[in-house]
Amino acid sequence: MGKVIVVTSGKGGVGKTTSSAALGAALAQNGEKVVVVDFDVGLRNLDLVMGAERRVVYDLVNVIQGEAKLPQALIRDKRVETLYLLPASQTRDKDNLTPEGVEKVIAALKKAFDWVICDSPAGIERGATLAMRHADIAIVVTNPEVSSVRDSDRIIGLLDSKTLKAENGERMEKHLLLTRYDPARAERGDMLKVDDVLEILSIPLLGIIPESMDVLRASNLGSPVTLADEGSAPSRAYFDAVRRLKGEALPVTVPGERRSFFGKLFGRKAA
Amino acid sequence: MNLFRFFSKTQSAPAARERLQVLLAHERASAGGSDLVAKLKDEILRVISRHMQIDQDKVSVKMERGEQVSTLAVDVEIPFNAAKAAAGRKKAA
Ligand SMILES: Nc1ncnc2c1ncn2[C@@H]1O[C@H](COP(=O)(O)OP(=O)(O)O)[C@@H](O)[C@H]1O
Ligand SMILES: [Mg+2]
Repeated sequence: MGKVIVVTSGKGGVGKTTSSAALGAALAQNGEKVVVVDFDVGLRNLDLVMGAERRVVYDLVNVIQGEAKLPQALIRDKRVETLYLLPASQTRDKDNLTPEGVEKVIAALKKAFDWVICDSPAGIERGATLAMRHADIAIVVTNPEVSSVRDSDRIIGLLDSKTLKAENGERMEKHLLLTRYDPARAERGDMLKVDDVLEILSIPLLGIIPESMDVLRASNLGSPVTLADEGSAPSRAYFDAVRRLKGEALPVTVPGERRSFFGKLFGRKAA
Repeated sequence: MNLFRFFSKTQSAPAARERLQVLLAHERASAGGSDLVAKLKDEILRVISRHMQIDQDKVSVKMERGEQVSTLAVDVEIPFNAAKAAAGRKKAA
């Protein structure tokens, strides 16, 4: 049975879609069978970031409504053969996502893949709650900035109340992915510190992704950054995040600093 | 990004522009309900299902929306029995 991950944040534009593509590709580059699912119905973008926008035939809503079978809607990546995309619908709205339909699709994907990565839409409405509903693991994407941290806090609350895990009295595994981290601004003291964010949200740190031109380049080219440029700083941060996701105890280094977070963070009350 | 990498990379903005132009041309067309490739897909499947019961699992539809040309590949497995039944129906009619 595969593991279901939701990549979520509350706030838009923090890097959920970028991270879903990069983490999904990085896992697949390690030989794992991965599907990334776009839950942003009406505003799909994962297809663009992954460079599959011209090949979308059917989508998640078609599958839920019985207009297409799941295998017909899955798009296999042209570069990594164990990486698949299930696109969102561009023309219909979120009301077409039914809880029963989503449950069926996720159950089927779990059987066929090692990892099912759900790219959540922004907000706390239907799309976001359905994306997190069946998750085993949540990756909370946060920028070191006040409104993003506040929204992440809100999302953590939902993860602990509105998910199947929560309703069954189980613990949802939550990880913080700090993205768009700018060492220059951190140096000047214009950005929330890593420690501050961790203290406020108190969930373990999965990684720190630096703000980088390489991310922009990759999305221009339609390639997850880990595929576009394996050696770039954001790619290395994503590859390391994947190793931690798989259970490896790897210290987190702060971009632009020699300091690394370890023990301290994983020893912190694991929420 | 170090200098070497900076200079060794070609610009990605032109690729972005081109990808967007192709994508948006198709999306704008389909907003008016005239995405030809999508329409063809629907009609082809409808025609096939008029003559035989399509086993959804045996149909694969692949599209590649290009700038000058788009390709549509509809792959339908037609079981021998279904072909025979369709032929029989035609004779009876
Ligand atoms: N590490 C990063 N460095 C630079 N730009 C980034 C980074 N992560 C994301 N971005 C950019 O931020 C914007 C929003 O990212 P996206 O992944 O679409 O966010 P979300 O899915 O949370 O709305 C995009 O333009 C993306 O290229
Ligand atoms: Mg997004």
